[in-house]
Amino acid sequence: MSFDSTYTRELPLVEAKKSFKEIDEVIALPTETKPTKGWWIAFSISSTALLIGAFCLSLTFYYGIGMWGNNNPVGWAFDIINFVFWIGIGHAGTLISAILFLFRQKWRTGIARFAEAMTIFAVMTAGIFPIIHTGRPWLAGYLLPLPNQNGVWVNFSSPLLWDVFAVSTYFTISFLFWGLGLVPDLATLRDKTTSKIKKTIYSVLSLGWTNSNRNWSNYERAYLILAGISTPLVLSVHTIVSFDFAVSVLPGWHTTIFPPYFVAGAIFSGFGMVSTVLILVRKVFNMEHIITIGHLEKMNKILLATGMMVGYAYGMEFFIAWYSGNTFEQFVFINRAFGPYAWTYWTMVSCNVIFPQLFWFKKVRRSIPITMVLVILVNVGMWFERFVIIVTSLHRDFLPSSWAMYYPTLVDLGLLLGSFGFFFTFLLLFLKTLPLVSISEIKAVVEGAQPTIHPLPGGNGQHHD
Amino acid sequence: MVSIMIKKLINSLKEYDSKADTEHRSKKLFGLAALYNTPNEIITAAADVAGKGYEKFDVYTPYPMHGMDDAMGMKSSKVGYVSFALGLTGMCLALLMIWWMSSVNYPNIIGGKPFFALPASIPITFEGTVLLTGIATVLGVLILFNQLPKINSPLNDTDFMKRVTSDKFGLVINADDEKFIDADVRKLFLSGGAFEVQEIYYRETNLGIKTPIFDGKFISIIFATAILTAIITYVTLNIVLYDVVPFDWMWNQAKINSQSKSDFFPNKAGMREPVNGTVARGFLPYEYKGMPDSSVKLLSNPLAVSRKVLERGQERFNIYCSPCHGYFGEGDGRMRDQFPKPPSLHNQKVLNWPDGNIFHVITNGQNVMPSYAEQVPVDDRWAIIHYIRALQRSKNASDEDLTKSK
Repeated sequence: MSFDSTYTRELPLVEAKKSFKEIDEVIALPTETKPTKGWWIAFSISSTALLIGAFCLSLTFYYGIGMWGNNNPVGWAFDIINFVFWIGIGHAGTLISAILFLFRQKWRTGIARFAEAMTIFAVMTAGIFPIIHTGRPWLAGYLLPLPNQNGVWVNFSSPLLWDVFAVSTYFTISFLFWGLGLVPDLATLRDKTTSKIKKTIYSVLSLGWTNSNRNWSNYERAYLILAGISTPLVLSVHTIVSFDFAVSVLPGWHTTIFPPYFVAGAIFSGFGMVSTVLILVRKVFNMEHIITIGHLEKMNKILLATGMMVGYAYGMEFFIAWYSGNTFEQFVFINRAFGPYAWTYWTMVSCNVIFPQLFWFKKVRRSIPITMVLVILVNVGMWFERFVIIVTSLHRDFLPSSWAMYYPTLVDLGLLLGSFGFFFTFLLLFLKTLPLVSISEIKAVVEGAQPTIHPLPGGNGQHHD
Repeated sequence: MVSIMIKKLINSLKEYDSKADTEHRSKKLFGLAALYNTPNEIITAAADVAGKGYEKFDVYTPYPMHGMDDAMGMKSSKVGYVSFALGLTGMCLALLMIWWMSSVNYPNIIGGKPFFALPASIPITFEGTVLLTGIATVLGVLILFNQLPKINSPLNDTDFMKRVTSDKFGLVINADDEKFIDADVRKLFLSGGAFEVQEIYYRETNLGIKTPIFDGKFISIIFATAILTAIITYVTLNIVLYDVVPFDWMWNQAKINSQSKSDFFPNKAGMREPVNGTVARGFLPYEYKGMPDSSVKLLSNPLAVSRKVLERGQERFNIYCSPCHGYFGEGDGRMRDQFPKPPSLHNQKVLNWPDGNIFHVITNGQNVMPSYAEQVPVDDRWAIIHYIRALQRSKNASDEDLTKSK
């Protein structure tokens, strides 16, 4: 396979042509130095948020989920909103590492490792919510088809069970994908570090990887297969999450557009979160040459595209509500846009559809401060999208006598804050302990990294270029 | 005290590792390693070595280099076969599991759906396929194909390895290759542009001379971990969690059950008895039971006559009374040859009865007629009485009635 640069006359993926040694230095620096003041401030904020979340979770365990604002008819609220929100965040990582890999988008190398780590932490965060939402999380084992003394099995035709399988498979595969990619980099760190303790740890984790070409050959094939299976997997996960709603008969949920709409929204929100964190990370760790403005611009283009897909879904839901002629369906959507929760609906529409239209302008796409504001708005908008879908559909159902408003309690808000704390604490620990950019992949896309001749055994080299 | 111990432990780890490379090497040669500066040099050298007929050699590059597999004369990787086989297994296992659990071992009707249906099984089957493919691929490539983990490879910890994991390109020819002759290999390397050639020796552990698992420090760390775990477990379970009540599935609740003892009440019974004379709703007893002539005259019909009441009475009469008494109360019901024939309701005796007496007969029964108190509620009985009066009047209509009906 030829990677002749004449086919892809693009900006160089790594700016200011760095030597391999310099790449090692830049990427390994955060793992070799003591944390800076900025890191400690960030870590103390996130771990405080985590502790607040842990406290609220203890209250929930002790007193039960009556501590939450959930009540008839709104039986699903922050618990499920946070679950869908975080699992959606994870989707960008797999998209970058798998789908862009299959499309041979070489610019992904700068951000893939980081985005994959984000996927893992986001899925971990998401996984907490459905389990605590069951009310007795210590019985979570019954979610799996395990033999038990009652002689019963799980209900295989329930989307909630599909969710269990989808999320656990998604976590396992993402973790393996990420771990496999880390092995060669850990070998590089193993041979670079001067600390004996770190060396022991890296030696164990790198499994004795030697960079042998016979190993690389198998490794590359395995990476391709993992990318190949992760692509349908990532699409299936949010599809199945959307089935939790779409397979029910509730107006506002019972919609065939949900699977593609949820997947587009997941990628949209995931890219929003990747951008938010990456803008800070590249600045703090001096990686502007490896994670360039070009990367951010490409991500902004994806945000624009997926934002418009989500906007199309919003419009199409309204159209179908009218076109179906179903009065219940029509009521739900009019109630969404003009009912008591109208402000959440319009927050969602403006953050997800209207503001991202600014990305049509190249100046905006390449401006860091404006991008930062817009991607934070995307995060906010996507959280509210889940709020709108879940709460507004439930709070006024078929029986007007059972209509009620939902208000979150302090414990709900504490758990939301705690979920951010959980995610960012893991992320910050990752940033200081493991290479946040794939060293071997970045080296492979530096100019002059690939040979210009391709000889066969015993034969003469065939020159090209 | 503890901090000193930890410091000593950390120091011992440091010492152990820093000496590892120099101390544990044997005198037996593993192979010769050459280092190159550029991708073109290494790929040419690799093609050269493969062309010369060497078989036990390998190329070491900081990143996968395109075209190197061809240059080394390697066949394409077989990882895909393992992935495919295990993926197919995952698919079949998932499908089999769903079918067996939901339609053989625990067939349970859910929403009237079939026990097993393919469409509903597809999501989990898909996830099972992906899960097994992914695990097989990663474990396959690492363990089966690349034979990892192998931390004590002779190449690890050498200066050669430290360079090829960073910025140089290396080539190693193993000493046990059939064509390996030290001087030839060195000449081949240097003529191909190698800037350095190194000898790599086996570790003593590779040759079985020294086994690190019997190392004193290793064994003491294992022991220390075991003892620490035991202490922590003991303290946690027997001291920290001693008074903590485990979750008991709400078996114990702070209330007194009906059949249990209670010291609170004088009679020591947990259950309370109703006050004397309490009557449950809808269970007001019939006070003239068995007393046909006494006070039945005092009972009077509480229902006013209306079309609704009469229709209700007709309906109930047709259901409960007409089988014996006939649709018009003439005693010619549908049971007439199988059951004693009742007297007509139009005879003088019944015509002269007050309403209370008919009520008494329905409630109490009379002769072979049983009590209908269980089947017919009080209000319905009075409605039936209104209907019987209407029937009687229609059979004995006066001229006045006829003109009125006009």
